[in-house]
Parts: sequence; C-alpha cells; structure tokens
Amino acid sequence: MSRPRSESEYLASLIPPSVAAAGLSRRGFLKGTLGAGAALSLSSLLAACGGGDDGGGSGSASQEVTFGSNQSDAVPKKAYADMLAASGLTVKVNTIEHETFQENINNYLQGNPDDVFTWFAGYRMQFFAAQGLAGDISDVWGGLSGMSEALKKASTGEDGKQYFVPLTTYPWGLFYRKSVWEEKGYQEPKTLDELVTLAKQMQTDGLIPIAFADKDGWPAMGTFDQLNLRINGYQFHVDLMAGKEAWDSAEVKKVFDTWRGLLPYHQEDALGREWQEAAQALQKKQAGMYLLGMFVGEQFPEKDREDLDFFTFPEIDPAIGTGAIEAPIDGLMMRAEPKNEEGAKQLLKFAGTAEAENVLLKANNTVIGASSEADASAYTGLQKKAVEFIGSAESIAQFLDRDTRPDFASTVMLPGLQTFIKNPNDIDGLTKSLESQKKSIFTS
Amino acid sequence: MTDLPTVPAAPAEAAVPRRRLGSRVRVSGTDRVLLFVMVAIPLAMVVLWVWLPAIASVVLSFARWTGVGGLDTIEWIGTENYKNVFTNYPPFAPALRHNLIWLVFLFVLPTLFGIFLAVLLDRELRGTRFYQTAFFLPVVLSLALIGFIWQLMYSRDQGLLNAVLGTQIDWYGDSKVNLWAVLVAAGWKHAGYIMLLYLAGLKGVDPSLREAAAVDGASPARTFFSVVLPVMRPINIIIIVVTVIESLRAFDIVWVINKGTNGLELISTLVTSNVVGEASRIGFGSALATIMLVISLVFITIFLSTVMRGERR
Repeated sequence: MSRPRSESEYLASLIPPSVAAAGLSRRGFLKGTLGAGAALSLSSLLAACGGGDDGGGSGSASQEVTFGSNQSDAVPKKAYADMLAASGLTVKVNTIEHETFQENINNYLQGNPDDVFTWFAGYRMQFFAAQGLAGDISDVWGGLSGMSEALKKASTGEDGKQYFVPLTTYPWGLFYRKSVWEEKGYQEPKTLDELVTLAKQMQTDGLIPIAFADKDGWPAMGTFDQLNLRINGYQFHVDLMAGKEAWDSAEVKKVFDTWRGLLPYHQEDALGREWQEAAQALQKKQAGMYLLGMFVGEQFPEKDREDLDFFTFPEIDPAIGTGAIEAPIDGLMMRAEPKNEEGAKQLLKFAGTAEAENVLLKANNTVIGASSEADASAYTGLQKKAVEFIGSAESIAQFLDRDTRPDFASTVMLPGLQTFIKNPNDIDGLTKSLESQKKSIFTS
Repeated sequence: MTDLPTVPAAPAEAAVPRRRLGSRVRVSGTDRVLLFVMVAIPLAMVVLWVWLPAIASVVLSFARWTGVGGLDTIEWIGTENYKNVFTNYPPFAPALRHNLIWLVFLFVLPTLFGIFLAVLLDRELRGTRFYQTAFFLPVVLSLALIGFIWQLMYSRDQGLLNAVLGTQIDWYGDSKVNLWAVLVAAGWKHAGYIMLLYLAGLKGVDPSLREAAAVDGASPARTFFSVVLPVMRPINIIIIVVTVIESLRAFDIVWVINKGTNGLELISTLVTSNVVGEASRIGFGSALATIMLVISLVFITIFLSTVMRGERR
C-alpha cells in the first residue's frame, strides 16, 4: 500500500472505486446540496415572513379560546385567572413573564399567537394594528357600554377601526405613606418650589425624598413624562412622541434642566435598582415619596395599602397647570385571523363588561376599571381617588414607551435617559444625540 | 484546501486490495448512500444554519425593515445603517471597548491564572483532586447562573462584599465598576475551564522529557518554559481560541444583570436589543451583527493561518 502524498490523495483512497467510477465529483455534489439547502431555507424563510395564515377559521364559542397573558406578577395573574374563569368560556391561558412578553411581541405575533392577548392602548397598539398583526374588533365595540369617548379613541387604530378592549387603568403620581406624612406634618406640595422645600425637609428628617430605580430603563421615562407634561403641556408631549418636535429644542432642554435640579433629592444609585426595591424603600418608611404608577401598591402588604396615598406632580408653569396626567390603559387585543374568532370575540365582549371588571378588580386593587359601569362601591380609598383623579383630568397621556415608536423608546430613549442619570451635566450633548438618532428612526 | 477531482480508479483499488476479495459490488451501493448521507447532512446543516443566516444578516444590514410583512416591505438604504452605527449610536463605542477589555482581561488574568493552577495541580500536591473539583465547579454552571450567584456577593444593600469591606458600592449598578465586577465573575468560571484543559494537556506530556531536562540540570521553571510549553503547542492554541471565543460571545451574564445597558454594553447585547426586542430594527441590528462577524473573522483568520503554518512545518 503506497503512502498518500497529500491530504486529497488520502481522502481519495478512502472512496470505493465504484463511487469514483460513477463520477460523483465533490464539486458537483457540493453544488447540488447547496442548491437544495438554499431552496429549502428560502422557502422556510418566506413561510416565516408570511405570518400566521394557518388560522382564519371561524370556530365556535364552545371551543377553546387561547389567551396570551403578560400578567405574570402574582396579584394581577390571579385577577386575570378569576376574570377568565367567570367568562364561562373554555380559555387556555399562556402566561409569559411581563418584560419577556413585550420583548418578544414581534416574534410572538408573527408566529402562532394566541387568539386573544394582553396589550397596551395608544401608539403601541396602533403600531401593530397598522402592520396587520391585530384583528379588527369594531363589531365587539358596538356592543360595549360604559366606555368613554376617550377610551374609544385610545382603542382605535390609524384606520379608524377598533383593535383593543380596555380593561384597567391606573394613574402615575407621587405616592406616599399617609402615616409618615401625618407624623412629620408634611403637606402635599402645589408647586415645584414647594416640592423642593419638602424634599429638603425630608432630607433633614433622615428620609430619602424621592425613591428612584431605573435598572430596567422605563421608570425614568415616567419622570421625564411628568416633567414634560408640566413644563410643555400635553400637546407638546404628543408631538414630541410622534417625532414632530425636536429633542434638542429649548423645551426639552428645560425638562432635563429641571430634572437635573431635582436629581439630588432622588434615591442614589438608581441604575442598579429595580422598581420593586424602590417601592419597598417607600413601604419601609425609608423614602418619603415615589414617582410611579399606582401598581406601586403591589409591593405593599394588604394591610399597608390603605396607608398609601398620592398627589399629582406639582405645577411648574402656571400657564400649563396640572391638567395633563398619565394613566396608561391595559387591555386585550385579538390576533389577526384567530383560530376561534367567534370565541375570541365573545371573550373580548365579556372583558368589556362591568361584570368582568368587577371580578378583576376584586383580586387586584392597585388598578381601576376602565368601564364607567364598573362597581366602584368596593373600591379602596386609593382606587376612589384614582377614579376621581383620572375623571377630572383635562388630557391623559399613556406613557413614553406607549406613545412613541417602540424602536425609538427601547433603543434610543432607554439608554439616553440612563446616560442622563449617570451624567446630568451634558444636556446639550445628550439632546443633540437624541435628536440625531430620532431622525434616523423616524424616516420610515 | 485542494479540490478533490473525480478519483481515478487505479490508486484507490491499490489502496483497498483486501476488500476486493469480498462481494465488493453489493457493499458499494450501501457505501455510496452512506457517504452521500454523511456528507450531505452535515453540509446541509452548516449551510442552512450557519452560512445562510450569516449571509442574510450581511444582506439585511443594508436595509431598513421592521421584520413584519413580506420581503417586499424591505427598504434598501445602502450603507446608512453602518453610518448610523459609527456616528449616531452612543452605545456602540462603549460596547466595542467593553468587548476588547473583556478579551484582554480574560487573557491576562483568568487564562494565565488557570494555567498556573494547572501547573500547580500537576505536581500532585496533597488534595489535588479536591482542588481540581473546586476550581472546575463554576465551569459546570451557566454564565447566567453565575451572574445570579455573584449578585449575592455584589448586592448593594445585602451583599457579602459590602458587608465585609464596609462600603456602599453598587457593584452591578455603578457603571464605573460594574464591568470589572462582571469580569471577575466571568473570570471565575473561565479560570477553571482553562485549568482543566491545560491539566489534561500536561498529563499528556511524556515524563521522560522532564527527566531528561532534570538530568541536564534544568530548574523546574526552565523545564516548564523550554521543554513543556513548546510541547504543549496544540493545547496553547486551543486555549487562545477558547479565550477569544468566550470574550466575543460574552452575552448571558450581562443580559441577566441589566440587558447590556449602563456600562455593560457589549456588541452581542446591542444586536439582541435591536433585533429581538420590541424594537425590531432588523437592518440596524444586522449591521451590528455584521461588524461582530468581521471582528470574529479577523481572529479566525489569524488562528487558521497559525494552525496551517504549523502543519506545514
């Protein structure tokens, strides 16, 4: 046996002569497989892009309805389970961790989503409706009562059809413990100056004036929104979020500048803390206030929740006032071409009734019902205050990441605001960068 | 690699003379199918899951696309994504820097420390097996889990480190220190991995080489650097490659801590938050991925050329 002189010769010696004689050259072979592979993957790629068109059946109400839920925290999870059980339909719930659900929404909706899924009102809903990923439920809306005109508007896509059934809402504000404030004799501040005076008083009393956490990146958006609504008003917020106003404008710079003045009264090292930990600082009476949504109460034991109260962010510019608030609406959507359309619509119709909301609210008292027919008699003092607060608002914003494009919120604003918290002194550089990044995203 | 032409029958027949005695014709049909299957399946897998996605990423990096709807919704925008990555995306520069720091750090500390541990353990100290197990334990854990474990050390309010040092440092949250804190955690795992690889290599070194060096009067240090290290060349190359790969694919530990924001940006986390998240900037994320591919290619090229030069020698 002669020793092969090169690698190719050695490999050739391994091939049985019959194969070699058949003339199967490696190059030809490669070509063939490559072609087959390309064809195979291209077709699967195209199929993946085509979206879920495997459904489309009408189904019936007696069949199972699938339900995708982002309500993974213990309190709301139980509330949703109770509500779905009360619908009388066979519902299969698929709960996904809250943040993960949002992050994967694109893949989720293009894959094989559940018939009905939880989502948010406003631009964040319209964005997906406009791309044909949500089902038109205008006929469900025809049968709903107790929904205000504002709610209907928040549930309507760019094409004038409804894609969303509101379930619950909650206000953003400065939350505090009544017992602490009574003990120290604090008064709710009406202006920014009073807020600063109060914060200084809290510091001398050994309290962290404003609890703060921004590890996840979104809580700081709430602070930005509150300041922006007080300094520049509701319409500016809407235009800024829509990309019509400039981020390096004097108006936005003033927001950051005011925020910089307030940062010394915020809890330190916010970027390493989650909102739950900051909420616990408030609950343990280490912090005097916390600027957050009413869900802050989830971190309070049942007996402490009655001690929770809030006030709206104080006035900064008398010409703007405090009429604009933030109260994000959570609710349900239907996928495009659901497997069980009849059942899905029946579930949505039920979710829009006062009956469904009452079940939901019974298990979770950190939100309030969207429908005006929801039973308010069982509300806690805080919930009653929230109803009144939202009802008397002149205009209601959703939230920074619900009022603007998701790509802009998550890849530009989130790191941008964290940069500001880290280095609040370079406002010109930051706003210039935000505006330049906005231009690159808002072109399409 | 040289291309394999249609194989001439003669040398092959000479190479397998004995098999010819059996019923060769019957077997060859099976051989043919087997050969086809054995080549086709891995090839199809590599093409389908490695090359096509890689090429698709490069192609998509010249587009603007939300990832929703058919391929006709893709808008081609030339090199604009790259322009934006380099000039209009503040997290990119830190991410690139952090990946480099990661690479250099892993080389300088955990890799060398792992080698040092291996050399020590190879000397058959008392309790060698216990130390081996102890150092190797973190390797078994996933990086995500290691992130959680070190959280117990690093936690600002309840962590061991602050309790012992009496400090108030926010190890994971303060962008001045969090990269280093994470690197220590990642290095903890990496050192054990390198130790095991190197220890296996050292066990394979012919003892007579060391005896010969000892007879010639070489000190233990001299023996290691002049005799053992050159013999270990293949293992050394593997260790370099492993370290480069580990630093380029670093992702999970950072992702579980804060999704690669606030001082922990890495190219891999930027790719994920742009492509996978709600954002869906497919084109922009692909441009980032392509940049990562190019960086990887540089290292792969260096590695391959070293290996091939070694083989030719």
